[in-house]
Amino acid sequence: MSRSHVNKSHADDILRIALMSAAVLAVGVLLLILLFLVRESWPALQRIGLYRFVSDAGWHPLEGAFNLAPMLIATFAAALGAILIAGPIGIASAVFGRFYAPPVIAETFRRMVALLAGIPSVVFGLWGLTVLVPIIAKWQPPGASLLAGMLILAFMVLPTVALTADAALKAVPKQYLHGANALGISQAGLIFNVAIPAARSGLIGGILLATARALGETMAVLMVAGNVVQVPNSLFDPVRVLTANIALEMAYATTEHRSALFVSGLALMLLVVGLAAMAGKLGGRLHG
Amino acid sequence: MTQIKQTPTHCCSEVNNSNAYTLGPIEAGPPCCEPDPAIRVQNLTLSYGGQSALDNVSLDIYRGCITALIGPSGCGKTSFLSSINRLTDLIPNCTVTGKVEIENTDIHAADMDVQALRRRVGMIFQKPNPFPLSIRRNIQMPLREHGVKDRALLETKLQTALQDVGLWDEVKDRLDSSALSLSGGQQQRLCIARALALQPEILLMDEPCSALDPLSSAVVEDLILSLSGRYTVVIVTHNLAQARRIANYAGFFWAKERTGKLVEFGRCQQIFESPAHELTAAYVSGARG
Amino acid sequence: MASIHQRDLLLTGFVWSAAALVIGSFLWLLSDMLLQGAGQLSWDFLTAETENAGRAGGIAPVLVSTLLILAVAILVAGPIGLATAVLLSEFIAKDNRIARAIGMSIDVLAGVPSIVFGLFGMAFFSAYLGLGFSILAGGLTLACMVLPILIRTIEEGLSAVPDEWRKGAAVLGMSRLSALFYILLPAAAPALAAGLMLGIGRAMAETAALIFTSGYVDRMPSSLHDSGRALAVHIYDLSMNVAGGDANAYASALVLVIMLIIINNIALMLANSLLQKRISLA
Repeated sequence: MSRSHVNKSHADDILRIALMSAAVLAVGVLLLILLFLVRESWPALQRIGLYRFVSDAGWHPLEGAFNLAPMLIATFAAALGAILIAGPIGIASAVFGRFYAPPVIAETFRRMVALLAGIPSVVFGLWGLTVLVPIIAKWQPPGASLLAGMLILAFMVLPTVALTADAALKAVPKQYLHGANALGISQAGLIFNVAIPAARSGLIGGILLATARALGETMAVLMVAGNVVQVPNSLFDPVRVLTANIALEMAYATTEHRSALFVSGLALMLLVVGLAAMAGKLGGRLHG
Repeated sequence: MTQIKQTPTHCCSEVNNSNAYTLGPIEAGPPCCEPDPAIRVQNLTLSYGGQSALDNVSLDIYRGCITALIGPSGCGKTSFLSSINRLTDLIPNCTVTGKVEIENTDIHAADMDVQALRRRVGMIFQKPNPFPLSIRRNIQMPLREHGVKDRALLETKLQTALQDVGLWDEVKDRLDSSALSLSGGQQQRLCIARALALQPEILLMDEPCSALDPLSSAVVEDLILSLSGRYTVVIVTHNLAQARRIANYAGFFWAKERTGKLVEFGRCQQIFESPAHELTAAYVSGARG
Repeated sequence: MASIHQRDLLLTGFVWSAAALVIGSFLWLLSDMLLQGAGQLSWDFLTAETENAGRAGGIAPVLVSTLLILAVAILVAGPIGLATAVLLSEFIAKDNRIARAIGMSIDVLAGVPSIVFGLFGMAFFSAYLGLGFSILAGGLTLACMVLPILIRTIEEGLSAVPDEWRKGAAVLGMSRLSALFYILLPAAAPALAAGLMLGIGRAMAETAALIFTSGYVDRMPSSLHDSGRALAVHIYDLSMNVAGGDANAYASALVLVIMLIIINNIALMLANSLLQKRISLA
């Protein structure tokens, strides 16, 4: 015979109900977001259909052409480039902090990276627009380009990679490292054969999280990538990513055009949330 | 099933025996009164998510006496204590079956007022746990919670409780400083005072001295001894000498395949000097556990 | 193949140059902000009305709008976040199905891109609820956005409170409500404040979610129903849409970053003070 214990305190019952309703609200936000994205996307999904979003003659929403493919490609290209740059450098700077730097420098370095992580994307965008783009323009005009987008995104997500990698390396059990040291393995051997494999899932999680951030970032790319809707032929072509497209056109979009922008928002959300969930599974969550 | 040797009646049968309560020099425990059960535990079985921790325990705990529960770690003593004030409610997946009656009320009944129950049954833990508040607030906050609003009364109760545990003279000048600034032994006495202030009938103590230094431990032990007669005390202890010094009754628990059972229960003197069960004999002589 | 020694040298070189690159870029960014922004910065800049689309004048209305948006966001998200965190850490077991469902949706919410919050805010608060371009709509959108940060930091803070106090309150017959208000929440107060600070920081840095919700208007707002331009939006607009706005954009960026650094440091200090409390108790 098992009993359910009923607490007689009314205050506690009321408290429990109040807390539950707050939690329902918190969960409700996510459901509301999904609901409204689907609701607003629905007209476009019905009348345009998924296929035309990749097969139309181009992105001319006012003339009824809704090809998102160039922007999808630009989005992936910019994020991929950013990760290819920020991944190795971010992991290397975490390795620097954990294995190479003297303690005082390591601590200062970590603080600097944390500070970098807190800089708003619009500030990165401003700096990219006024410093980076002119430099690229001198070399390969017009300057505002896929490359500028990649570099700024890389700069932005680098702290994410570095901080998650740092946490993952920190979590490697000390006895592994001591064991390897006792065997007289070289520093490089220690890092490549012991530390990085042991921290692998955290490192991959951090990279996925950084990828999600790069794909979902709006302001920084919008400000430096030139915003021309085209499939880039080179790193120096201006491109427009999905997020920037929404930010640029939402102000005046109506009817199917507006709905099509919501479709791209929905797609973006599913993609980014999927990546973030994968990252979370691998333990690459950043706290705070 | 383990045979339970329960010999509560011999206390009374020995009342006529003039030597029955001469407890000898080490056993300074106070003489026992009429063995009048304050708590009746019948077929208590307790499990944590399918793993049973305590199997079919039955015993009576006598009013005004000190009952010590002894046995090795992990044999269900703490689980047993927690089922007397329904602290088991806080543990997810914990199932309790059987009956625990305090003054003829089944405390595991669904309509039991748990907060009122816990006011009547105080509990002290191994690690002193004063709240991060002032000494005064530590004692007065639970009183307010139970409806004592009158300031003068609150102050009187504060002083009485602190005097009861011999802490008044040590802290009367700093009642508003943090309870965490007290020493470990003082903290434990404050926790006892906090429980006493609510005027409970029963005090459950889970190894109350084991986290303290020897000197503080002796002070707290004397305090516990002074509570007997006024309160029904159930104390879990790993310190056999302490159990002999302070307890009137003793119960010996032993775990088989992680399930605790009450092996033997009786007068403290009998448990230590003429245990009926061979496991008890081995444990109290230091041969097992 | 390189010898072990050469490999060691190569790695050392790569690691040090990566660190140098990170430090170098950081200093570059920092020096540009200081060089281009600090000159404009003055008390007048903070307290004057915005003129000529931001090219001239100060950022007083922008600061006021920013603070109002933040206030709405925190006043709405604070209680909901606190309550959800309390529910998760005090009332339901971690492995409970409801707890996992709530936890998962909070983590998903944390991953939603800010432009999507902007779309949602525009569709729900501005259009569906009829709030239009307003400080209220922007603040509510940000409230949704900072909710996961608040919940997770407060939850962590509460779980750092020693269990002995919960048990102590329970065995004294205290209700959970009293235990929460008199003991647990005060003990976790630094974490609550740290969570709040992190939430404010995140909200303050936000641009994309605000463009279509609180809007661009750079006049001094007279009510929460007015459109108001947040500092981050101001920086965006000055640099992208206003020729000759770069200097003031940098000055505004400097103001924003300084405020964020202050907020983050307060959060860090609070979190550390909680940690120290824990250590002194152990």
